[in-house]
Amino acid sequence: MDFDLNEDQSLLRDSVERLCADLYPALEARQKHAGAPLGFPEANWQTFVELGIPGLPFTEEEGGFGGGPVETMLVMEAVGRNLVVEPLLASVVLGSTALRLGGSAAQKERYIPGLVEGTLRLTLAHTERQSRYDLFDVATTARRSGDGFVLNGAKSVVPNADSAGLIVVSARVSGERRDRSGIGLFLVPADAAGVSVTAYPAQDGGRAAEVSFSDVSVPADAVLGDPEGGLPLLERVVEHGIAALAAEAVGSMETLHRLTVEYLKTRTQFGTSIGAFQALQHRAVDMLIELEQARSMALYAAMMVESDDPAARAAALAAVKIRINTACRALGQEAVQLHGGIGMTMEYLGAHHFKRLAMIATQLGDTPHHMRTLTDAEDGLLAA
Amino acid sequence: MDLRFTPEEVAFRDEVRSFCREKIPAEIRRKVSEGRGLSKEDIVTSQRILNAKGWAVPHWPKEWGGRDWTTVQRYIYTEELFQAAVPLPQQFNCYMFGPVLATFGRQDQKERFLPRAANLDDWWCQGFSEPGAGSDLASLKTKAVRDGDHYIVDGQKTWTTLGQHADWIFCLVRTDFEAKKQRGISFLLIDMKTPGITVRPIITLEGRHEVNEVFFDAVRVPVENLVGEENRGWDYAKFLLANERTGIARIGLTKERITRIKRLAREMPAGAGTMWDDRDFRARVAGVEVELKALEITQMRVAAKQGRADSVEPDPASSILKIRGSQLQQAATELLLELAGPFALAAPARGQGANDLPGGFDWVDAAAPSYFNNRKVSIYGGSNEIQHNVIAKGILGL
Ligand SMILES: Cc1cc2nc3c(=O)[nH]c(=O)nc-3n(C[C@H](O)[C@H](O)[C@H](O)COP(=O)(O)OP(=O)(O)OC[C@H]3O[C@@H](n4cnc5c(N)ncnc54)[C@H](O)[C@@H]3O)c2cc1C
Repeated sequence: MDFDLNEDQSLLRDSVERLCADLYPALEARQKHAGAPLGFPEANWQTFVELGIPGLPFTEEEGGFGGGPVETMLVMEAVGRNLVVEPLLASVVLGSTALRLGGSAAQKERYIPGLVEGTLRLTLAHTERQSRYDLFDVATTARRSGDGFVLNGAKSVVPNADSAGLIVVSARVSGERRDRSGIGLFLVPADAAGVSVTAYPAQDGGRAAEVSFSDVSVPADAVLGDPEGGLPLLERVVEHGIAALAAEAVGSMETLHRLTVEYLKTRTQFGTSIGAFQALQHRAVDMLIELEQARSMALYAAMMVESDDPAARAAALAAVKIRINTACRALGQEAVQLHGGIGMTMEYLGAHHFKRLAMIATQLGDTPHHMRTLTDAEDGLLAA
Repeated sequence: MDLRFTPEEVAFRDEVRSFCREKIPAEIRRKVSEGRGLSKEDIVTSQRILNAKGWAVPHWPKEWGGRDWTTVQRYIYTEELFQAAVPLPQQFNCYMFGPVLATFGRQDQKERFLPRAANLDDWWCQGFSEPGAGSDLASLKTKAVRDGDHYIVDGQKTWTTLGQHADWIFCLVRTDFEAKKQRGISFLLIDMKTPGITVRPIITLEGRHEVNEVFFDAVRVPVENLVGEENRGWDYAKFLLANERTGIARIGLTKERITRIKRLAREMPAGAGTMWDDRDFRARVAGVEVELKALEITQMRVAAKQGRADSVEPDPASSILKIRGSQLQQAATELLLELAGPFALAAPARGQGANDLPGGFDWVDAAAPSYFNNRKVSIYGGSNEIQHNVIAKGILGL
């Protein structure tokens, strides 16, 4: 057991933090970035590319930089601290994890260079209007046709779909809507005939889209792995997504807590700084406890996300998301409350962290969803 | 960063695990697991088995029986003891008195007291709190006035845990009445058999005799029983509190309680099945497990940091462990109470036939007492409100 970063990891953490802090010196810069047509300026993406971030998930043999869960955690913490709007979660985490874990050598050879050079971005389309957070609930169909497949259906709230060149889509090759088998993951070019992307801004400054598929033909080599056994792959991708969201949440909470404590020290009422009031001090301490417990869970996610015991992994990541969701809500709400009216304004940075944290709690599984996973596990978490 | 145990750490864990389960009598471990009171003999027996193995005081300096373990090893050791329901080595001897004496005592004091403390030949208790000095400990009034080569001690200590078993008490006493309150305190070792000492039981709400009042009426204490320098006792007390943080969150204890609750839930009839089929109950158990998992990692993070720092000051982060750890200990006793359900009400005399057990369940009568008694963990060792103050000052700078 060793919580210290090695030299490469420290270097990565520092350079990502510097990059993010440079691009995001203040709220105005962030709002300007978010207002770009695709939800972020292309030039920003290229800065991340220069640092090698899109290559992080892949091994050096695959043309990447051989990062693991700890590296992802470091990057996503910086994303959270600085409220970065570039599609790191969608492309570097969700899409790239699907390619890394499910892709054939040929598929990797085909797409990784574009990702690493910054000419291609990915996203993951799995949510449907009826599915809520159940990954196996898939109505979108992929009918076999000759050597390939024809996709029909619709996906909802797909992160950054309007800036992705390639969409990883879950679709049903066989079985009933809620069967666990019969699901495949398909690599679908965003500009393929029959794909339509209707993008919109998200509540937290990011972007998402409704994506529909109308008789979209893809060849046999567009499938990631087993066309009817893709659910375990999708589950693993989402587990990586949860680990990344956990780290992003920790980064964001870190900033929001710091802003709050600074405010307690500077705001005066009744002739003294409001931080002198013990009622507020104790609430700031409880926020810190939320932050530290969340940080521990982000570490736990990094520790467990590559475990080769699927049951233990599923229980662990469910626990992570439950704890992160709780912290996001509790710390976020307290931060707004302790700021008073200022915390309610669009021009206050803390309010944007509050919104992002609230949305993280709704992404990749809310608390009741993951609580069901955990209570369904035979032994719960402790055996894990 | 590598968040897994190394193979050596895993081997160490397995060694501690099997030792606890094989060598500590099952009857003692069962009492701990069920939250029933231990006799003095139980605690002595268990500690002597550990001491014979060299494991009673692993965190002491090597020359006095310590083990030079890494912080991770110490963590593993403590958690394994908890999980096997082994009584921790007597806390006042091993975590408070021993480290203070080893650090600030004279050589002759160390030789006289430390080996006996490690083997529990002497039972030590802690005389800090007084009726008027709780959270504000430095306002204590028990006084020690010099008379030749003796101090004459007058005053009262209270909440003295297991003082009824004690051979010795380490006390904070006031030796300078003019100085600022922290600066006039000394750390004095007092033989409980000295004339003028009266111990009176305080019965805690669950009905057990765990704490006492200790009265001092012109008690003559040899000056050689002073630890360190006169009027420096507050520094030693702070050092003591810093040492108390080892395993302060008692994660392993709560884990053991949760594991037991899950086992008992599968045997407790409810509806068409058992309590374990009740999804709401399982969700509440899972909620505690999630928080416990987070705290376990927080604890390892704090331990890793402490492994590097040579600080005598308590790390304010350990206050987080105290707050959340005590809350989780309490949450586990609430779950057990909930599991006992209607049967929790009964308080039968033990030792009768199985027919007298409420509903025939042999554990339910201990559920409420354990819940009652565990309210203490957020009060003692620096109350949770005080821990909030410590973090607000020490970490947030408020
Ligand atoms: C079962 C048990 C065993 C114990 N064993 C021992 C022992 O062996 N030896 C020993 O010396 N002592 C022992 N203690 C004493 C223990 O350390 C004290 O109870 C503790 O320090 C609290 O002091 P108090 O009880 O006087 O409460 P008080 O200090 O009077 O506190 C009352 C309430 O006020 C709150 N409060 C106090 N000050 C502040 C503040 N500044 N800000 C906010 N809130 C505040 C407290 O948190 C608490 O909620 C034991 C106590 C118990 C219950």
